[in-house]
Amino acid sequence: MFRDRKRGQVRAVDGINFRCEPAQIYGLLGANGAGKTTTLRLLATLLKPSSGTVCIAGCDAVREPQKVRARIGFLSTGTALYGRLTAREMVEYFGRLHGVGEDLLQARIGEMFAALGMGEFAGRRCDKLSSGMKQKVSIARTLVHDPPVMIFDEPTVGLDVMTARTIVQFIRDCRQRGKTVIVSTHVMSEAEKLCDRIGIIDRGRLLVDGTLAELRAQFGLTDLEDIFVRVVEGQP
Amino acid sequence: MNGRAIQIVYGKELRDSLRDRRTILSMIVIPVVVMPLLLFGVGALMVKTVTQARQETPHVMILGGENSPKVLAALRASKSLQLVPATGDYTNQIVEKRVRAVVKLPSDFDAALARGDQAEVDIYEYQGEMKSGFAAENLNNFFRNLSDATVQERLAGRGVPVAVLKPFAIRRQNVAPPSKVTGNVLGGILPYIIIMMCLTGAMYPALDVTAGEKERGTMETILCCPVARTDLVLGKFLMVLTASLGTVLLSLLSLGATLHFAKRALANSLPPSAPHTFAAVDVGGVAGMFLMLLPVAVLFSALLLMVGLFSKSFREAQSYCGPLIMVAVVPALVGMLPGVELNASFAVVPLLNVSLVCKEMIAGSWHWLYILLIFGSTCLYAGAALAATVWLFHREEVLFRS
Repeated sequence: MFRDRKRGQVRAVDGINFRCEPAQIYGLLGANGAGKTTTLRLLATLLKPSSGTVCIAGCDAVREPQKVRARIGFLSTGTALYGRLTAREMVEYFGRLHGVGEDLLQARIGEMFAALGMGEFAGRRCDKLSSGMKQKVSIARTLVHDPPVMIFDEPTVGLDVMTARTIVQFIRDCRQRGKTVIVSTHVMSEAEKLCDRIGIIDRGRLLVDGTLAELRAQFGLTDLEDIFVRVVEGQP
Repeated sequence: MNGRAIQIVYGKELRDSLRDRRTILSMIVIPVVVMPLLLFGVGALMVKTVTQARQETPHVMILGGENSPKVLAALRASKSLQLVPATGDYTNQIVEKRVRAVVKLPSDFDAALARGDQAEVDIYEYQGEMKSGFAAENLNNFFRNLSDATVQERLAGRGVPVAVLKPFAIRRQNVAPPSKVTGNVLGGILPYIIIMMCLTGAMYPALDVTAGEKERGTMETILCCPVARTDLVLGKFLMVLTASLGTVLLSLLSLGATLHFAKRALANSLPPSAPHTFAAVDVGGVAGMFLMLLPVAVLFSALLLMVGLFSKSFREAQSYCGPLIMVAVVPALVGMLPGVELNASFAVVPLLNVSLVCKEMIAGSWHWLYILLIFGSTCLYAGAALAATVWLFHREEVLFRS
């Protein structure tokens, strides 16, 4: 809840309640301005809720924000890199900020750079990299402290098909490795392919929540887009 | 507060900034290359122009004096004047710079002098125009000499000694050492330049690590790290402070070098009174000025970080910096004005106080009470600004302003 000069007291999100387990992908589905980013920012402790609780990997986001931050990897819209740092410097910086010891950090960087095929551009400045390379650096930056919870805010927006596929594969890999994954998106096909559970959010409220099969059964529709439209249009 | 986290953020921000062309430009290129070139170039050009104008024999026109061949002959014989034929539109001739000055004589000028009467001479000039001013000065000197010679002649004719009109001689002599003379001359301008460099050196780095980060989306990712926001903002602040103080230090070194070379290069073209300007600058005064600027750099760094944090984009932040520069320029500029002296009221006015005390220190005057008051009050303002910056960095509505 915040105060706006024109609108007065505004509830950006209200009554959002969901749970995501390890090795599960939870998709937060909503139109632009529905409250997806605000919800993810609350989870990532970037915003403090005016009421309610957020619990991440057993830690309270309001009372123990730093513990929560140490347990999450946050990949926002766009690559969000420091253009004048090299790929290696970028990942090292975030590793150090997360308190990863120097030996472990170098070992992890070695592993990740090899797995993601980043060796050839590790010493190049981020502003000189292609969008695919930048995305890889972003992934490495998010994973450097090996967090149990991953949060993705519209991760494929503005990306070409190949880079978007890399990201989708990366999200699946996270689930494979037992991580708890929360993704916000407004691309129905992406949510359909990726998510184990889906929550539809509109005007700051979580309207429905369940597995794709549960949603199909509840609304008698097979296409997620049709379900989404029915849910959102059913609102007063 | 976590020193290790602050150090990590500081190290990264410093490395990042030193790779930014805009920071390099404001922190290194401007103080080391542009400023000396401007000061030295403009100074040398000014000296050259004034010297040339002084050496030039100005075109002057004489009106009247038809029955005064004696004064006309003396005017023609003067080596500091070049006479041109008289025309009716002398005003236009002066304004269009074809003639530098005009002198109007009564037709019976010689006769009036011979009778012992007072003759009236009018000199017409283009006020504010340098060459016209020099021509009028030459004419003025000519008639003053003529006046003195006439007075002496008249007194001698009456058997009265010249000392009756000049009962004593006046001599002005400088007793201040050359370094103090230099300090007094430079004290006016140096603090102003250095305060401005202190501000401009901090500007780009401060906006880049705040508004720039918001624009690039990196602010969100950095805030997701398990580092206290106070540590993050302090790391950024220390980098901005380093840039500001680095710019000040480089500016002082480059100004020192410029003065040293200017003294050598312009030695022959300067008038005899000028070399005092380039005498040795008091190093203690300059060091004192640097110390006084420490809290000013903290104040500027914190204010600029606040501007950057409040702004949604780099461009918006730049537009806020315009008024901030004006706010900084005015007190620093007032301190530069001749006659504005340090007093108890000015000692608590931010920037004006530092500008005035630096002026005194460079001139070799150390008013310890004022120095303590000014340093203390500036530290207080700087501390308040830094506290406000840290507070602002904790405000969600500021960090995620859209």
